[in-house]
Formats: sequence, C-alpha cells, structure tokens
Amino acid sequence: MIPSAPAPSEAGTALVLACLLLIPLAIAGIALVNTGLGRSRSASHAMLASLCAVSVAAAAYFVCGFAIQGFAGGPAHTIAAAGKQWNWIAAQPLFLRGLPLDGSPACLIVWLELLSVALAAVIPLGSGLDRWRLGAMSASTALLAGLVYPLFAHWVWGGGWLAQIGFVDAAGGAPVQAVGGLSALAIAWILGPRRGKYASDGGLPAAIPGHNAVLVLFACFLVWTGWLGLNCAGAMLFGGAPVGALVRVGLNTTLSAAMGGLAAAAITRVRFGRPDASLCANGWIGGLAASSAGCLFFAPAAAALVGLMAGALVVFTVEWLDIYGEIDDPSGSVSVHAIGGIWGVLALGFFARAGSAVQPLAQIAGVATLLGFVLPLIYGVNWVLDRLSPQRVASEGERLGLDLHELGAGAYPEFVIHREDFLQR
Amino acid sequence: MRLAGLLLLVAGWAIVLAAFLMLGATAARAVFVAAGVAIEMLGLGLLARSHVSVREAKR
Repeated sequence: MIPSAPAPSEAGTALVLACLLLIPLAIAGIALVNTGLGRSRSASHAMLASLCAVSVAAAAYFVCGFAIQGFAGGPAHTIAAAGKQWNWIAAQPLFLRGLPLDGSPACLIVWLELLSVALAAVIPLGSGLDRWRLGAMSASTALLAGLVYPLFAHWVWGGGWLAQIGFVDAAGGAPVQAVGGLSALAIAWILGPRRGKYASDGGLPAAIPGHNAVLVLFACFLVWTGWLGLNCAGAMLFGGAPVGALVRVGLNTTLSAAMGGLAAAAITRVRFGRPDASLCANGWIGGLAASSAGCLFFAPAAAALVGLMAGALVVFTVEWLDIYGEIDDPSGSVSVHAIGGIWGVLALGFFARAGSAVQPLAQIAGVATLLGFVLPLIYGVNWVLDRLSPQRVASEGERLGLDLHELGAGAYPEFVIHREDFLQR
Repeated sequence: MRLAGLLLLVAGWAIVLAAFLMLGATAARAVFVAAGVAIEMLGLGLLARSHVSVREAKR
C-alpha cells in the first residue's frame, strides 16, 4: 500500500496537512466567482449547485474514483505493447477499503485528490450558469468525479502511461484545471446559450453582465490562498519537493497570478478604455491555473511570463469564444481553466529549469490526450445524460430564474430587481 | 459534422499514441505527434462549427 514516492518527514507531513486545509478556500472562491458572474435571480442556485457538486464529487470519488486512480507504485492493470508494460488503470478496492489512515503518503494523496476532484467539479458550473438543472448537474458531476477525472489523474499521477512517457504536472494543470475546463466546454455546447444571448439576425451577442463584481473580486483572494495550498501540497506529494522548495512554489504561484491579472487589466484598458473587473478576475485565476503544472519547475521570471501569457490568452479567448464560437460561458471557465491549464502544461515543457529535450513532446502528448480522449469522453457521457433527461432547465424556469424555479425562493428576497416580475403580476 | 469532429479528435489522439508506441527516434515521433495534434485541431474546429451551425439553422 505504500507508494514508491519517498515519504515526507514529520515536518513535511504537517506542512502538507496545513496546505490541504487551505484548498477548500479555492473551491469556495471558484463558487463565488461563478455566483457573482451569473444573474441575481440564480445566485442561490449557483451556490447550492457548488455545494452539491462538491458533495457528489466526494461521494463518487470515495465509491469508485480512488479505485480507478490509485497512486504511483500501487496495484494497477497494465497492457503489453511494443515490448513494454503500459499502466492504464489502478486496481484499488472500492470505498477506500484497506487504505491506512495514518499520515502515510497514500492517505495524504487521497485527501489531496478528494479536494482536487471537488475543485474540478465546480469549474463546469461556471459555463452552465442560469440554465443547468441541479439534478442533471449532479449526475454529470458523478461521472466526472467517478470516472473521467480518476482515469486521467491515474495516467498522470498514478504511475500511468503518461507518467511513463515523461509527462509531468506538479499540481493539477492538466488533471484538475484542463479536465474541469474541458468539461465546462462540453456543458456549454450541450446546454446551448442563455435565452437572449444571441440575436436571431446573427448580430453581436448581448453582454449579460454578472450581478456582483465585489463577490467576484473578493473571491480572487480566496482562490489565491487556496491555490497556494493546492500547489504546495501537489509539489510535495506528486513532485517530491522538499520543504525548502515550497518557497519557489509560493513565489511562482503568486507571480503568475499577479501577472495574469495585470495583463488582463492592461489589455482591457487599451481595448475598452478602462479595465474590466470580471476579465481582470478571470486573468488572475487564469494565471493561477497556468501556474499549477510547473510551479515547482519554473524560475520566477518564467512563472511571471507564463502568468502574463495566461492573462492575455484568457482575455482574447473569452471574447473569441463568445463572438465567433457562440459559446455562452458566463464565468469564462473554458478560457480560464481549459486554456489557462493547457497553456501551463505546455509551458512546462519549454520553460522548466533543467528540462530534458523530450519534455515538450511528452507535454504535447498530455494535451493531445486531453483533447482526443478526455473531451470526447466528457462530451459523450453528457450527451447521453442529456438524451436520458434534458440537462437544460425549461425556458420558463430560465425566465423566472433558477432560484424560484428550482429552489422556490430567491437569494435576495427583499429586493425586487427584475422588471418582468412586475409585468407578470 | 459533430460525429466527424469527435472521430477526428480520437483519431488524432490515436496517432499520437502510435507515435510513442511504435517510433523510437525523437524526430520521427515529433512529426507524428504534430500530425496527430493537427488532426485534433481539425476535429475541434468541426465540433465547434457543428454547434454554431445548429443555431444558425434555427434562426
């Protein structure tokens, strides 16, 4: 049961535990960003959906997720090809049976993975805001956390075939950010845009601003704090980083976020005449997403450059996907997490200190797996779910808002803020 | 178009996998990986286009 990675010292274990305790702040932050960038009439629903997503993800991962994911050095199934054994899925028992809960690396990894899968599960909620049914969201999350995420995470962190070809990811740029972001893309495609987003004459899409910019910007601080914990814990458990190396991880994480936020502020200032609050928040989180894969391996200047590029990519792709892709992604989850995460994974291949000549190829293979395996799988399972029971709320529910339609009460009952509420009475 | 896009995504990935399984030389492997990724990009474009087309038809 003991993984092949060296066990952290007692001080290291204490530090990992402290880092793990910070990660729920990142989940809460993403939930707040999603809520703030949605409509006020679906705010309560958005927060409840986040809570449900975390609960369902934890349950699914407990039941079968860890059995599929496992850890490096643990029991696994292999396939023989080209004269080599390729590790493709773990062979752990269901329900975490037999796991020693004694502070060993295996149980620390389980806890980190449980938090990581919860983080990945709240990411798609951002693209399904204002129109994704709670029940359908729960079913989709169960498949994400119980099947898709564990399988890919095993390939990266469980000694799977991607790890065998040299793919490296210290803290979840691919398994958490990119998988969550690609899931958001599949959901946005399957649900379709919100009513009124795209005009019937094919003109420019309507801007539907978020209802609470303060919530979104405050959430950036929470996400940053949680990300420091996520990156440090990942670097120690998956990257084998000693305690002293966490200074580099913390610096790189902060620099990447800062430069992402600055890039977004500068670009929106130049393009629109003033900085855009929601895009700055997206740039900040995009910088964090890009930092995850290489936080342990970048020099600080490289981390700053990676964050700068991530911020710029987020701003341009949010607009591009909205106008040309007709992808209605209210919180920019696809740009922030999928594109930011993938950029970070690729950047590791090119900017990592002491990286080998074949590292870029291994990183590209990882991205190719995300696009060629993870995206079709997520799209396929969500398409089947949609056929069995529509994922999108009825149009009347969308007009009323998901708070009233699905929960029976609004998030802000003392304020009447929708003109159509008057018109209906 | 949607199915073709998904199939191209999977086909591109299969080429990348084959490159790592069957080719030893780094240069040859890089060429195959690049070809696989290019096919995936084509598939992604088709998949995206298929969703826009459905909405255009409804207008």
